[in-house]
Amino acid sequence: MNAFAALVGRDLKLAFRQGGDWANVAAFFALAVILFPFGVGPEPELLARISAGVLWVAALLAALLSLERLFQSDWEDGSLEALVLMPLPLELQALAKCLAHWLATGLPLTVIAPLLALVLHFNSEGMTSLVLAMLLGTPVLSLIGAVGAALTLGARRGGVLLSLLVLPLYIPVLIFGVAASEAASMGFAARPHLLLLAALLLTALALAPWAAAAALRQAME
Amino acid sequence: MFRGLSFSLARGGALLLAGPNGSGKTSLLRMLSGLTPPEDGQILWRGSPISLDPAAHRARLHFIGHQDALKPALTARENLAFWAEMRGGTRRGADAALKSFRLDARADWPCRYLSAGEKRRLALARLVASKAWLWLLDEPATGLDAQALANLRTAISAHRRQGGCVVAATHAPLILAEASVLSLADFAPRRAA
Repeated sequence: MNAFAALVGRDLKLAFRQGGDWANVAAFFALAVILFPFGVGPEPELLARISAGVLWVAALLAALLSLERLFQSDWEDGSLEALVLMPLPLELQALAKCLAHWLATGLPLTVIAPLLALVLHFNSEGMTSLVLAMLLGTPVLSLIGAVGAALTLGARRGGVLLSLLVLPLYIPVLIFGVAASEAASMGFAARPHLLLLAALLLTALALAPWAAAAALRQAME
Repeated sequence: MFRGLSFSLARGGALLLAGPNGSGKTSLLRMLSGLTPPEDGQILWRGSPISLDPAAHRARLHFIGHQDALKPALTARENLAFWAEMRGGTRRGADAALKSFRLDARADWPCRYLSAGEKRRLALARLVASKAWLWLLDEPATGLDAQALANLRTAISAHRRQGGCVVAATHAPLILAEASVLSLADFAPRRAA
């Protein structure tokens, strides 16, 4: 497990030292959300109605922003070749990189989401479910994204391809994330939606590292 | 790429791969590492094919490719300690390895400030920072000065004295004692005339 921790630690160090990838992602998220009141007007009822959807769509796009680099830089400087030859199974390495990616992007998004929710007049009763849904949903974004990032490794203009590949797969997270966040303000229970998000997370945890590792091996041959 | 190629290495053995550009030196090294499976034929370690237990094979080898696999934002020490820890090594082992390639004065420099030769030395220091039986080196001497080359020779001979094996592809005069030389051009598939 030492090697697992070393890989998570290195990726976090790189994320925070390299001009702050995480800061770009958080800033993009904030800006994208703040653009909406300018676009649709400042009426509180309208903003409150669309707030959950806006927050989740912006979070999805923000998470996508940083995915292209997930394996790209390791691939370019020869680190990926060396990593594939390390004793730690590649599946666990993919999981370690997802964890680091989530800590550097998904977690900051979850932390600032409630603040941005206030800007959109989001119903304060739904705040707990919003944070819980983000906590369960954003790791899925990192995990599914890692598969896409591994598959598009080395492709020309991989970023566009990555979005086309990954965004459709994000739809279930979007649906249940929004449903969980809105439930409280509409008088429904958020619990079923949160449980479905948890199920998505467990499924992604079980499948994504294997799929990403297989794609990485393919890329290295 | 090549056919009819066969060789074996004993404990402490060294093999230099020679041949013009594109003759398959890197491809052969990648096959020996398990990165690329050979189209035909097999690679044995102590009598059993490496493809049977790829994890065990990965644990016993060091592969230094022609790229240095260093992160510009991390210091020399952090880069080396990371690779050592990935293979069960320690930070202390990494520090000793820095010293053996005369990089201790650069230990806390971010790698983006290192020269090409220093980066190469740092990549080679991975060999010493954690243990492995088989060293696969792709053009290890690129950019090395005479003294760094001597450091590399010292590291290789210490490794061989302990029973380790080395396979190196190189154009540089990396002369190793009692090393066999394999000229890959001799095994190129003949074109039908």
